[in-house]
Amino acid sequence: MSTTTQALRNRATDARTAEDFDRRDPDWYVDKLLAGIVFVCGISAILFVLGIFFFVTKEGIGFVFEKMDFREFFLTPYWSPSDAEDPEYGILALMAGTASVTGLAMLVAVPFSLGAAIFIAEFASGKTREALKVLVELLAAIPSVVWGFIGLVIMNPLLIKWFDIPVGLCVLNAGIILGLMAAPIMTSIAEDALKAVPDRYREAAEAMGATRWQVIYKVVLPAAKNGLLGGVLLGVGRGFGETMAVLMATGHAVNIPNSIFDSVRALTATIAAELGEAVVGGEHYQVLFTIGIFLFLVTFIINLSADLIVRGIRKG
Amino acid sequence: MATANPTMFQASDLNQHNQRVQQRYRLLFGLMTLLLITPVLLILGTLVVKGGAAISWEFLLTAPTNGMRTGGVFPALLGTIWLVTVALLLSVPIGIFAAIYLSEYAGDNWFTRTINLAIINLAGVPSIVHALFGLGAFVLFFKFGTSILAASLTLAVMTMPVVIVATRESLQAVPQAFREACWNMGATRWQTIRRVVLPNSITGILTGVILEVSRTAGETAPIMFTGAVFFTPFLPQSVFDQTMALSLHLFVAATQVPEIAEQVPFGIALVLIALVLTMNSLSIAFRMWLRGKKKW
Repeated sequence: MSTTTQALRNRATDARTAEDFDRRDPDWYVDKLLAGIVFVCGISAILFVLGIFFFVTKEGIGFVFEKMDFREFFLTPYWSPSDAEDPEYGILALMAGTASVTGLAMLVAVPFSLGAAIFIAEFASGKTREALKVLVELLAAIPSVVWGFIGLVIMNPLLIKWFDIPVGLCVLNAGIILGLMAAPIMTSIAEDALKAVPDRYREAAEAMGATRWQVIYKVVLPAAKNGLLGGVLLGVGRGFGETMAVLMATGHAVNIPNSIFDSVRALTATIAAELGEAVVGGEHYQVLFTIGIFLFLVTFIINLSADLIVRGIRKG
Repeated sequence: MATANPTMFQASDLNQHNQRVQQRYRLLFGLMTLLLITPVLLILGTLVVKGGAAISWEFLLTAPTNGMRTGGVFPALLGTIWLVTVALLLSVPIGIFAAIYLSEYAGDNWFTRTINLAIINLAGVPSIVHALFGLGAFVLFFKFGTSILAASLTLAVMTMPVVIVATRESLQAVPQAFREACWNMGATRWQTIRRVVLPNSITGILTGVILEVSRTAGETAPIMFTGAVFFTPFLPQSVFDQTMALSLHLFVAATQVPEIAEQVPFGIALVLIALVLTMNSLSIAFRMWLRGKKKW
């Protein structure tokens, strides 16, 4: 009888039961405990997002239910919250301010960041590429309050000198600042999207005799389309939600802009500037939180669509 | 026998045309990259030149004087250190555990997608909305008052995605075979994470933590109403005190103080940028060193 069958027979007659394989030693309990902790931390992001929505709504909901007239709130441009007798809360002008600044910023930033991403991902190589990537990453790290300061003390006098205007704090100033701010972020997202296109696509095209540009234009760009669009959307979200830079560079005047040299005021900046003087729980305070709910919902939708668009690429 | 076709290896007109088109686009995109980077470098250069004049040990180590018109930034610098330290103590452990969950425990299903979406949102919600959240939740609801604790909690929630994303990436870079080998020795899931996965990814996690320091130090809006004040003559003694902060100090010096000596705000901006960029460079250098060292 071979040893193997002997061993098998022993095992078959072995009296060990399931209990012997039960290893509820301290390590087992530690494992279970940590699995629990890890899970709680894992879902913390969801809890925090819900918490943000809950607490911002909690402070602002009183106004929404009791006094808010949706038509007046969204469709009139009159914002005079500190008027003692008849305060007016119309955010149309503020929305116009945010939209004009974000729009101009994207006009500046989107083509340049896509161009830069294509150059870094497809044309540059070796040391140039590494250096550019590091530089873009560092530029993305400059804090927004520093950008605001730049808009205030460097761009402002430059614009006054170049365009001969009385005040240089305007849509143009904030648009440029916001564009410069969003561009590095969009560049690195777009570069990631281009890098995510498998190399065998490029190799196949090159084997057919395509030049580098033909490969990019006919193969890489169509394949990376969704990722690029997602990156642009995230950039829009960034610009839309930016606070300090917009507060300092727009001129902070409630105004529907007629030209890029007009001063405007953004939704985010309004909260930042007025929350300090609003009485906690008062109407003005609640209105500022209502704007917060609006900002939260809009960025949520932007982020959600960016996520869905990028995900489309993986399924297709 | 057959003589080689002399034109076989010559570029045809079409080839040459395509080459020219490629060169043109290469130049165009290169110029765009340059145009994107040059203005920022010029601006940074201006800040360094103008702010450099203000920087001295005295500037870093004394308090503002004469109604903030002159003097140094010491209370603001110290306040930023307080805020960043407390925020990191809160967000780094939770962030690392969250990344462990996503990388080691979570399956590829709708629940994990929801968590990922929440992380993207946490990073994408406007900073001023985080400020409203911090005010409503930590200052008023939990009654911490405007304090370092409330401000740091707000910052922690806001910047946590930085740690989560960096940690998750470095955890996922550890080969699956390492884990399987450990499991086969009878180790529990946590023992495997603690003894094999974390030691192999700790440097990558550290890059994320350094990045978070930089993000946290630069934020202004979330701390404006939760714990940072324009000016206070007192240095913070505990997490329940209010404090000045470098980022808010720059905003105040640039917009709220009339007749301020011109080099003061430039000096503050330079200190802030130097702090943030040093942290980022450190993180990048760390990552490159790590990549060169990687054994698998």
